[in-house]
Amino acid sequence: MKRWRAAAVPYLLILPGGLWLVIFFAIPVIVLISLSTQQGNVVDGFTQTFHFANYASAWDNYHDQFIRSLLYGGIATILCIAGGYPVAYWIAFRGGARKSTYLFLLLLPFFVSFVLRTVSWQYFLSDNGILLSPLKSAGILPQNFRILATGTAVVGGLTYNYLPFMVLPIYVALERIDPRLVEAAQDLYATRAAAFRRVVLPLSLPGLFAGVLLTFVPVAADYVNAAILGGTGNTMIGNIIQDEFLNVQDYPTGAALSFMLMAILLIGMFSYARALGTEEVLEVAAR
Amino acid sequence: MTARYSRRAALQLGGLSAAALTAAACGVQGAAKQQPAAQAESAADKFWKAQKKTGTVTFANWALYIDPNHQTLKDFTAKTGIKVTYNEVIQDDSSFFAKIHPQLASGQSTGYDIMVITDGLEFSELLALGEVIPLDQSMLTNFHKYAGTPYQHRSFDPGNVYSVPWASGSTGIAWNPKYVKTPPTSVSDLWNPAYAGHVGMMSDPQEIANFGLFKIGVDPESSTQKDWEAAATVLKQQRGAGIVRQYYDQSYINALSKGDVWITMAWSGDIFQQNLSAGTNLQFIVPKEGGTIWTDNMMIPKYAANPVAAMQLIDWYYQPQMAAMLTEAINYITPVPGVQDIIKSDAASAKGSDKATLEAVASSPLVWLSAADYARLKNYVPITSKNQSTFYGIFQPVVAG
Amino acid sequence: MTVDIDSERARDSAPAAPSAVAGGRRRPRRRWGDRLLFAWTWLIIIWLALPIAVMIVFSFNNPHGRFNFTWVGFTLKWYGPHLLDYPSLTTAMENSLLVAFAATVGSVVLGTLVGLALGKYRFRGLGSANLVQFAAISAPDIVLASSLLAFFVTLRVPLGLPTIIVAHIMFCLSFVAVTVRARVLTLDRSLEEAARDLGAGPWATFRLVTLPLIFPGVLAGALLAFAISIDDFVVTSFVSGSTQTFPLWIWSATRNGLPPQVDVLGTLIFVAGLVIAATSALLGRRGTR
Repeated sequence: MKRWRAAAVPYLLILPGGLWLVIFFAIPVIVLISLSTQQGNVVDGFTQTFHFANYASAWDNYHDQFIRSLLYGGIATILCIAGGYPVAYWIAFRGGARKSTYLFLLLLPFFVSFVLRTVSWQYFLSDNGILLSPLKSAGILPQNFRILATGTAVVGGLTYNYLPFMVLPIYVALERIDPRLVEAAQDLYATRAAAFRRVVLPLSLPGLFAGVLLTFVPVAADYVNAAILGGTGNTMIGNIIQDEFLNVQDYPTGAALSFMLMAILLIGMFSYARALGTEEVLEVAAR
Repeated sequence: MTARYSRRAALQLGGLSAAALTAAACGVQGAAKQQPAAQAESAADKFWKAQKKTGTVTFANWALYIDPNHQTLKDFTAKTGIKVTYNEVIQDDSSFFAKIHPQLASGQSTGYDIMVITDGLEFSELLALGEVIPLDQSMLTNFHKYAGTPYQHRSFDPGNVYSVPWASGSTGIAWNPKYVKTPPTSVSDLWNPAYAGHVGMMSDPQEIANFGLFKIGVDPESSTQKDWEAAATVLKQQRGAGIVRQYYDQSYINALSKGDVWITMAWSGDIFQQNLSAGTNLQFIVPKEGGTIWTDNMMIPKYAANPVAAMQLIDWYYQPQMAAMLTEAINYITPVPGVQDIIKSDAASAKGSDKATLEAVASSPLVWLSAADYARLKNYVPITSKNQSTFYGIFQPVVAG
Repeated sequence: MTVDIDSERARDSAPAAPSAVAGGRRRPRRRWGDRLLFAWTWLIIIWLALPIAVMIVFSFNNPHGRFNFTWVGFTLKWYGPHLLDYPSLTTAMENSLLVAFAATVGSVVLGTLVGLALGKYRFRGLGSANLVQFAAISAPDIVLASSLLAFFVTLRVPLGLPTIIVAHIMFCLSFVAVTVRARVLTLDRSLEEAARDLGAGPWATFRLVTLPLIFPGVLAGALLAFAISIDDFVVTSFVSGSTQTFPLWIWSATRNGLPPQVDVLGTLIFVAGLVIAATSALLGRRGTR
């Protein structure tokens, strides 16, 4: 009798939370997929007609935005690596007793709503704002110059908002590396560059990949940065989805786009998880 | 204790999902069937007979009309004892409609007793869906007494069953003289490559369609699908050449004030308001090819908690004195004639900067339109349920893509 | 720290032939490289904090109306009763706090149980459960948001505070679960066994031994859930109907102009968060004894 109860315990523990996720995560996704093949409009209602042409027309109209989102996602991720890896390295290897302080400083911005932070950037980078106005008055920049409403601003905003998501996983992986390994490499006459390239870098790869996952997926699906900092040529697929659901109320098209986005990102996510396991990501999320 | 997920687990999940997917063939419901007119009228009578007076009212409106603590609202509270909560939550019709429609469709109150909707697609959709309460005509005493004749007979709401006008206005071109040295006169000035990256256009397809049609010299009120496609081509050209910075809802006013945008499509009274409240020096004209004239209308959404108080507040604004105070604040076209004289006498008795402002309002060509102006101003393209998806299919990709 | 098989691999991959550049030139290069890294780290930290500085500065500005764009003059008035000038902003802030509180409670209760299960037990379906947690954490916001809206609209569920709280519990749950799980993984089994040997029943063991041990993890999960909930924008904007929370208010205010009150509230939340984090760090240091 006791063995039954003991075996049942984990299932009972998981039941409430699991049920919640099933009802409010799994089932809504299924409803989304179902909605994507429906037709209709707001006044007459939407009915299921298995109209798979929704996907074709959605792709026809908005493949530019899809590709642009993946492109911006890629560039922002690379910038995050370039900017974030040195920071993670420095904190892990040279941070010493102050490691947690540095991590804390890195995460400090998250105490302010990211909408507010992005809007602050909009004010800061405004055509005649704090940054550009003195440069324009001094004649260094032409009157016509602008940072906002360009792809640069959007990618900059994306990099800004998601940099800590790259730094943390890399830091976690680097922190686990025994510094004696580096010493050992150097004892064997490796230069610092070689020691890094052949010892540290390979050991940090799981963290790097976790960071890529935690950065690329949300960046590609973002729309706030494009809406606040971007212009007409910078809309991302997230903006279109938001517009379809919250403005035009063309639910089937929005659902089709949402599902396509999820599918594209899912393929990446799951091949990652298959190759490297879910451990790294779960560990970082726990921080 | 990590377990890399196995193919089995993935297949299990996949199988469950597929099963659920086939079961989820349910759709989203649309409008309930509308009752025939006579039945609807007696239903409305019954509805209003059952209503009681309440002590609060919530008013949802656009920003850049009055302030939440404007004198007209304070006077209303003083006279009736009803407390007014004024929320500036509307930035454009389609996003506001997208917000309230799911709520009303599920039987939930929006929390608003009065909302202000422009005469366009969303207005007709609200009517078709039955999501607004017909007004209590017996409480519209001031309206019937003081409103101008054209405003008592509007084609999009005959008999004023569901709405009365709040204010009327025009869409034209606004610019910042600091960056635009030659005052614009034509719609083509919005296509000027010299302003590339600093031109604002509106994101509402109905607004932008009109300007596209003006550009190619077509009257929106009699335009055909061929005209629409030509207008869309010209708009896409404007966008492709990098001239348009962004498609804005009412937030164009922010971008214009900051200097990010130099010249933009704009609503007449917004410029006046912004100059007054933010100290800017923005200018506005109606282009020579024409501008758009629209009417914002007060309506009562379904499931409103305080419909009687709403009716009182709606009728309140048709007293000439209140209408005058409103126009002085917002600088939009009023549905109450005779207001101009009241404003002129207010201006005569005022002092200092107030006097200058009131005199400007009393003589503003944007508020008191001449016959020539009326001839130049056009309504939105008339959309019916038949051509709606064609129209939107043509113009939505211009602003959304 | 243990030296494991990986170090063997590292040693094997090191160059066999001695390099003449090693040894003598090591010290100067280290300082130069280190200084660069140090400077870069601080540059990044400052860059990350820049918009917050802008926000704090503009909370002291004295602009005309809502157009808080150019510096007009210094004032403290927004920190006083004027903070409540916008009733809808105050309501939005209250809603945010209410939702965050409710979501934290809900997700901590559900998530702790899940975390316990994932960390302590081995059972069939553990792989799938981990996978679902992983999916819930890495799924993009907009997909979660649009699927929830589709779900609620199809079922004609009224949108408002209840739907916001439900959605927040959903995505905070997984974060709490993995946080607690991480803590549970480090638990010493023998403590629980000892308790049972001393005659404690399962519930007593849980209450008196397990719970206090995992409490830091639960607390960390709770703080994480609170922070995520109060900052959430995308999912909330889809399922909130006419209700507003603080991030939603900011978003709609960007259309009309951000009044200084927003900067003040942002600054206050920032300082509050700072204080809480500093306190918990200090307490944490004492607690590990």
